[in-house]
Amino acid sequence: MDITQRLLLNAGVTRRVLVAFLRRELERFGFRKAVLNLSGGVDSSLSCFLTAEALGGENVLALLLPYRTSVPESAEHARQVIGLTGVSSKTIDITPMVEPYFEQFQQMSDVRRGNVMARMRMIVLYDHSVQWEGLPIGTSNKTELLLGYGTLFGDMASAVNPLGDLYKTQVRQMARAVGVPEAIIQKAPSADLWVGQTDEGELGFTYAEVDKLLYLLVDERYKPEEAIAAGFDPKFVETVVQRMRASQFKRMPPIVAKVSRRDVGHDFLYPRDWGT
Amino acid sequence: MLKLRVGLAQISPILGSVQENLRLHLERIEEAKEQQVQLLCFPELSLTGYVLKDLVPYVAMTATESAPAIAELLTASESMDLLFGFIEEDKRHRYYISAAYLSQGRIVHVHRKVYLPTYGMFEEERYLATGDRFRAFDTRFGRLGVLVCEDFWHISAPYALWMDGADVLLLISASPGRGLSPEAVLGSSRSVELINQMYATFLTDFVLHCNRVGVEDGLNFWGGSTIFGPDGRLVAQAPYFEESLLVAELDLGAMRRVRMQLPLLRDERPDLLYTELRRMLRQSGVASREQ
Repeated sequence: MDITQRLLLNAGVTRRVLVAFLRRELERFGFRKAVLNLSGGVDSSLSCFLTAEALGGENVLALLLPYRTSVPESAEHARQVIGLTGVSSKTIDITPMVEPYFEQFQQMSDVRRGNVMARMRMIVLYDHSVQWEGLPIGTSNKTELLLGYGTLFGDMASAVNPLGDLYKTQVRQMARAVGVPEAIIQKAPSADLWVGQTDEGELGFTYAEVDKLLYLLVDERYKPEEAIAAGFDPKFVETVVQRMRASQFKRMPPIVAKVSRRDVGHDFLYPRDWGT
Repeated sequence: MLKLRVGLAQISPILGSVQENLRLHLERIEEAKEQQVQLLCFPELSLTGYVLKDLVPYVAMTATESAPAIAELLTASESMDLLFGFIEEDKRHRYYISAAYLSQGRIVHVHRKVYLPTYGMFEEERYLATGDRFRAFDTRFGRLGVLVCEDFWHISAPYALWMDGADVLLLISASPGRGLSPEAVLGSSRSVELINQMYATFLTDFVLHCNRVGVEDGLNFWGGSTIFGPDGRLVAQAPYFEESLLVAELDLGAMRRVRMQLPLLRDERPDLLYTELRRMLRQSGVASREQ
């Protein structure tokens, strides 16, 4: 099986599903507007294009939330996306918000600082969702969700996520189809939380590689040993399986201790779209 | 009667609101009336929406005219025959995914979904009871059979209706779209179209499939309702993902012509199948005791 082929998607039909999803899932809760954090990376750029298509650019607010070490190229790319989609935008520097906290804990690791920044951006996003009267749109893709490569209650937070079932390599295909500039699609993915950070450097493997493995393990339900037999390096398979297992909590709401006959979480099971 | 004008109402029901969905039904019936439709089908759970979970008991109704929504649809059925989907509650408070066929103010037939998918994204058996029969039924347009979604993923279900005399199969569903590929059609659409075409070809029946559209809890329903003729050819298809009313005229005389050329029904051996199945069931009974 050529796994790369299996990850190819028809952009037309995918776009139709995702745009209808965005429109319907907002409208049913009485929203015609949306807000999202636009980093200038391929994920948030695609989310921005799809949301603008679903709601009209004038109904979308893109927030640019740089930190003092953010690479200037990110903002430049974000501005290109804003120009192409016609969305409204606002730039808010998070440096003066997070620095006072960093100053209290001089020895903070990059990961801790990165988490604080991601959560600060979430605070700005949700605050503007009230002011803009629009729902926060997610930008986490399937690869990140499965690997737990994101900050819980940070960049993983949103009301509606159109990208959650697209692997990174599929996000790139979609981005190309909707007209995201090639420079954004081609550049090395990075959360840009500290200088020199890249996703693939931090993870230790490429998205192209891990997407193929995840596709086998998740979509095709291969056992790890079957993935190894299919040609994947045993250490790589072990790392990825371990990452998925260890990050399961990130993909679920906080667990509730059951003591009553019916509790939120176990057996109070209404659809989210209840009555809409 | 050799011609039958059918309509497939590809709607997007409101999740959990029988009242609003009833209004949707009545609007579509009016629209169909203008197009002289004689038989109008709605999708699975058209009166309630699909991802109901704990809402099931709250939207349920008995399959009788004492249910207000059914009473209204019975009145509407004076102008055309109707097939629609709802949650049925029986006398002992079990809940079913049911489909009712109404004609001229009477409930002619109720089918309770037999196969409740409970795997992957589906969890029907957690909330619902299973039906226990496949029965064809007589109408003023001939003998029909009704199946709901997962029912027709089991080859035995259309077969049973065929053997019970159904010449027109009415398949209704709430089929979630999934399966990306370079093709311009979702994998789930492709599969359902293929099996419906296969049934039409193998059974030399008309096979109508009415699917819903819309989005619920992140699931998209792809529509694309189809009508296949007894020669396996596509008669008509509704668009993907969009609400629509597909109207087509079925030439019921086509069955005679197709079955002259291809007498599969005449040559079918249900007695042989029955004997073989009995043998297999007896043997598997022995085998499972030995394990």
